[in-house]
Amino acid sequence: MWPDLLAHTLQHVKLALAALAVATTLGLPLGVLAATQPRVRGLLLSLTGVGRTLPSIAVLMLLLPVLGVGTAPAVAALALLAIPPIAINADVGIRGVPLAVLEAAGGLGMTATQRFARVVAPLAAPVAFAGIRTAATETIASATLATFVGAGGLGDDIVRGLQTGNPAPLYAGAVTVALLALAVELLGARIGRALEAP
Amino acid sequence: MNGGAALRFVAASARYPGADRDAIAEIDLDVAPGEFVVLLGPSGCGKSTLLRTVNRLVALARGRIELDGADVAATDPVTLRRGIGYAIQAVGLFAHMSVARNVAVVPSLLGWEPARIAARVDELLALVRLDPARYRDRFPRALSGGEAQRVGVARALAAEPRVLLMDEPFGAVDAIVRTELQRELIDIVARLGTTTLFVTHDVEEALRLADRLVVMRDGRIEGQGTVEELLEAPASPYVRALLRADDPIDRAYFEHARSALRGSR
Amino acid sequence: MSYLHTHLARVLALAGAHVALVALALIAAGAVALPLGVAAARRPRLGAWLLGGFGVVYTIPSLALLAVLVRFFGLGDGPVFIALVAYAQFMLVRNVVVGINGVDRAQIDAARGLGMSARQTLVRVELPQALGVMLGGVRVAAIAMIAIATLAGYVGGSGLGVLIFNGLTLHNQSMVVAGSLAIAALAILVDGGFRLLEARSFPGGRASA
Repeated sequence: MWPDLLAHTLQHVKLALAALAVATTLGLPLGVLAATQPRVRGLLLSLTGVGRTLPSIAVLMLLLPVLGVGTAPAVAALALLAIPPIAINADVGIRGVPLAVLEAAGGLGMTATQRFARVVAPLAAPVAFAGIRTAATETIASATLATFVGAGGLGDDIVRGLQTGNPAPLYAGAVTVALLALAVELLGARIGRALEAP
Repeated sequence: MNGGAALRFVAASARYPGADRDAIAEIDLDVAPGEFVVLLGPSGCGKSTLLRTVNRLVALARGRIELDGADVAATDPVTLRRGIGYAIQAVGLFAHMSVARNVAVVPSLLGWEPARIAARVDELLALVRLDPARYRDRFPRALSGGEAQRVGVARALAAEPRVLLMDEPFGAVDAIVRTELQRELIDIVARLGTTTLFVTHDVEEALRLADRLVVMRDGRIEGQGTVEELLEAPASPYVRALLRADDPIDRAYFEHARSALRGSR
Repeated sequence: MSYLHTHLARVLALAGAHVALVALALIAAGAVALPLGVAAARRPRLGAWLLGGFGVVYTIPSLALLAVLVRFFGLGDGPVFIALVAYAQFMLVRNVVVGINGVDRAQIDAARGLGMSARQTLVRVELPQALGVMLGGVRVAAIAMIAIATLAGYVGGSGLGVLIFNGLTLHNQSMVVAGSLAIAALAILVDGGFRLLEARSFPGGRASA
C-alpha cells in the first residue's frame, strides 16, 4: 500500500502541476490581453462568472464524451477551471499599476516592451500570483476527483478504501491529500508575502 | 450652587482600561435647567469623555453624576439614554433607514403609537427646517452633510429629552452651513428649554453658543463662567491664551458674531 | 441530451432531492454560523481562531473529508449533510464578520447613545446593514455546496450525483452528461437568484466603496 500511496501522490502532484502550467501559460497572456482590450475583458469577466459557478465535477464529466478517459482529459478539465482566476488576477494587477508610473517610465525613454518587462510586470506580480495561488489550491483539491475519469491520483486510494470497506487506503489517501492541499495553501501564502515585500 | 441643577457632576473621574491616568479627574460642575454649556478644549482634554459619562457610554471610576437629582448610575443605561438626546460629529444616521425612521428611532424604542410618531417626525423635520414632504422618505445617502446633521439633531430631540448631549456636531460641515446650524440650534433649544451640553474644540463656536463656557485641559476643568466673565477675567494664563482674551480685535469680532447669532438673548 | 428527454421526471426528482439536501444543510449551517460570526466580530482573537480552523476544513478536498465521514456515519445523505455544514462555515462566518465590521462605527455609537441595547443594536442596525455581505457568503456557500452534494451520488445518497456515478458504472454517457448539465444549470440558477436578492438587500442604496 505504501508504494501505491507514494506513486499516487506523485501522480496527483504531476496532474495538478501539468494543469497549472497549461492554465498559467494560457491565463497570463489572456490577462494581459484583457488589461489592454476592454472587449476581451468583458468576455473574460462573463466567462469567469460562469466558470467560477460551475462545479468542477460537472466540468470533468462534460469533457468526458469529448476527450474520453485518462490523464489528458483530466489535465484539460483542471486547466480549464484554473484559467479564470489566473487571467482575472493578471488583468487586475496590470490595471492597478498607477498611470503616473507608466508615464514616468515612458519619460525615461523606455520602449513599450521595456516598460512592460521592467515596470508593469514586477508591479503586477503580487496580484497576478494571488490568482495562481487560488488556482493551485483549487486544482490540488479538484485533482482528487480525477480518479472518476481514470486519471489516478490520491482519489484512487480514497475510492478504493470506500469500495472495499478497507479503512487503511481511505485514511492514507484522505490525510495525504488534505496535507498536500494545506501545504500548497501555506506555501502559496508564504510566496505571496515574499512577493509583496519590496 | 443651587439645588435645582438639571445636571450635576460631583468629583466625577473616569479612566480608560489600560491607561495610566484619568481621562477626566475630579470634575465638579452644575448645569442649570435650560442652560447651554459648552465644553471647550483641545483634542484629548477629556471633553468628549465627560460628555459620554452622562449617558454612561463611559463609566465613572469615582464620583457621581446626577440628572434632575437622581444618580445616573442608579438608572439602567438603556432607559437612561432614551431620555437623553445624543448627536455626534459623524452623525451616524442609520444608512438602511429612511430619514423618518431615523428620527423615529427613540420614540419607537419607547413604544409610542405609530400615529404619534408620524406626527412627531414631521414636527421635528419642520423644526430643523427640512420640508417633511420632501425629506421624510429619503435615505441618508441622498443627504448633504448639513442636511444629515439636521436630521441628526431632529433624531436627538425626538423623544423630548430633558438633556441634549452634542459632541462636535457641526465639526464636519462647511463654515456657512455651520453658522446657519448654530443659529438654528440656539433658537431650537431656547424654544424647547432643553438643557444642552455641547463639546467643541472651536473657540469661535464656543464663544458664540455658550451660556456658560467650561474650559478643559488634561482631564480637568481649567476655568468656567459666562463668556463675558472668562473674557474679562480668565481663570488662568491657559484660558487667557486659548480665548485670545487680550486681543481687542478678536474680542470685538467674537462679540459681534455672538450678538448677531443670538439676537437679544 | 437524450437522457434528459427520456427521463425528465427522474432528473427533476433528483434535482429536487439535491436542492432539498443543500437547502437543509444551508439552513443548519447558517444557524451555526450566524452566532459564531457575531461572536467572532465581537472578539477579534476568537474570530482569528475560528476562521483559521474553518479555513483548514475548507482547504481539505471534499472527497477526502466525505470518505472519512462515511467511515464514521455510514453511507447515505447523512455524512454529506455533515460535510456540507462543515464546509460552509468558513464562507458563512467570514462574511458575517466582514459584514458586521463593515458597519460604520458612528452608527453603532449613535445606536448605543440613543438607547438601543446591545441586542437591539445588533438586530436593528448591524445585521440589516451586513445583510448584503452575508447574502454574498450564502451565495458562495450554496454554489460550493451544490458541487459537493454531487458526491452524495457516490456514497449512496440522493441528488443529481446519482446520475453521474450510476452513469459511470453503467457506461451510460448520456446519463453522466445529463447529470452534469443539470448540476451546472442548478449552480448557475442559484447563483443568479442570490445575486438578485443581494441587489435588493439594501433599501438605502449601498454607499460607494
